[in-house]
Amino acid sequence: MHFERAHNHTWRKIKSALAVGIAFGSAIVVILPLGLVFCYLLINGAGSVNWDFFTKLPAPVGVVGGGMVNAIVGSLILLALAGVLGIPIGVLGGVYLAEYGSARINSVLRFLADVLNGVPSITWGVVVYGLIVLRFKGFSAYAGGLALGLIMIPLILRTTEEVILLVPNGYREAALALGVSRWKTIVHIVMKTASKGIITGILLALARVGGETAPLLFTAFGNRFWNHDLSQPIAALPLQVFTYAISPYDDWHRQAWAGALVLVTGVFCVNIFVRILTRGKTASV
Amino acid sequence: MENLVMETPEQTVLERLEKGAAPPPEAELPPVRTFEVKNMSIWYGEKRAIDKVTLDIASKAVTAIIGPSGCGKSTFLRALNRMHELTPRTRMEGTVLLNGKDLYASTIDPAIVRRRVGMVFQKSNPFPTMTVGENVVIGLRLNGVRNQKLLNERLEKSLRMAALWDEVKDDLHKPGTSLSGGQQQRLCIARALAVEPEVILMDEPCSALDPIATAKIEELIYELKSKYTIVTVTHNMQQAGRISDYTAFFYLGRLIEFGPTTKIFTNPSEKQTEDYITGRFG
Repeated sequence: MHFERAHNHTWRKIKSALAVGIAFGSAIVVILPLGLVFCYLLINGAGSVNWDFFTKLPAPVGVVGGGMVNAIVGSLILLALAGVLGIPIGVLGGVYLAEYGSARINSVLRFLADVLNGVPSITWGVVVYGLIVLRFKGFSAYAGGLALGLIMIPLILRTTEEVILLVPNGYREAALALGVSRWKTIVHIVMKTASKGIITGILLALARVGGETAPLLFTAFGNRFWNHDLSQPIAALPLQVFTYAISPYDDWHRQAWAGALVLVTGVFCVNIFVRILTRGKTASV
Repeated sequence: MENLVMETPEQTVLERLEKGAAPPPEAELPPVRTFEVKNMSIWYGEKRAIDKVTLDIASKAVTAIIGPSGCGKSTFLRALNRMHELTPRTRMEGTVLLNGKDLYASTIDPAIVRRRVGMVFQKSNPFPTMTVGENVVIGLRLNGVRNQKLLNERLEKSLRMAALWDEVKDDLHKPGTSLSGGQQQRLCIARALAVEPEVILMDEPCSALDPIATAKIEELIYELKSKYTIVTVTHNMQQAGRISDYTAFFYLGRLIEFGPTTKIFTNPSEKQTEDYITGRFG
């Protein structure tokens, strides 16, 4: 009896160790690709990331040097356009879901937002192509911004809703009991308390669409030159990387690696910034 | 802010006398009433939380509401400034008059009611994004007061009334949540006082505080009743005995007994009241 017990105990310990081992292995598998991608990008791209890359226009094939300044600025312009559309609609929609509406309608809206979050991003490109590009007979920055903005809406909506629901009810009641109107309570008390979470959601959504290529293929289209007219095709970093990567030229490949490295580093920095932002003292959100 | 002009309770009584509807002169009932609650019933969905309660609340006095958990005392309190309406699917019957005016008239905005009838909650809840000073004047700010001089005056006045000024006057720029538990609760009282209500409702204001902080709040309640009508819900029998002038005993959504605190605690008419107060049930 005694022996059997001891044996049992050993077997349990082995099983436990196995489970921990498998879980650890899985965690490594999750982290590994990120590490590999980043290392590979550093090896191939770091050599081409230089001052010229951030300040010069693409050079013609065969000409050494050149950069992607137009694509970097283009990406920022597209993100700004997307933000103008996606941030207000996403935030206000999230506020509505968290603070207003009936439980039944809200669960339908929430479900639809989750479905939208799962729609492949190229679909948005096709939709905007059909709605805007065909109608106005041309690729444009507006169309690209619209496609990215549409992707942002459900992302921001859901994160905003979640962080607003985290605000303790006591604060709402305290404000309402002072005779403050519902809307002012939401804006000045609830949203202010949840502001870090809302900003985090917005930044993560911007980081996500900043790296999107597919929705820009038939909307922003890309451009090798400066473009200050938003109704004309505009360059974007992921698009430029895509174009360069499938080209047959070695120096374009090097530029593509550099572009990808800059893009990933950018997304990485946004995420780190978000971590620092959310580490603050307000524990409520 | 016109709607916020105080009507003195005395006027209302005179108005009532003119109308020939003088209240019956019962020695045990409050002489001057801030609230007159008649036949109040409240449902949460199908569940009846308050069952035909009729009760008058005395002006410039402390009325304590006691009773076991779930007896409807918090619901009753929240119905006095329409806070219970925040809970979905509530229904209310009966009337509540504040200085003779129907709080539930269709033309009355609940926000206006709440400006006149302030509230302090069980758990102190200073706004975490604001400093001590901002917390006090936020009610005025969000109700449209921009005059910085007035805000500063009201800030000091409210903190002094809440017996907190001397403790925080050098820390007005620190976060409201950096204060101690008892100070936070007094900050919440100051915040409620800043909008100059006529009534302050307190929902178990001391239940999360230690005895010293509790004593300070009780002292404060005693001071405040010279200016304000106070209604407080409490689980603490001794506290009700110490601070209140009138006591209402609720049980299962019904008002079992109401009268001067001394009478309720020394010579209750109802057996149930006596049993509860002496700790035999509840």
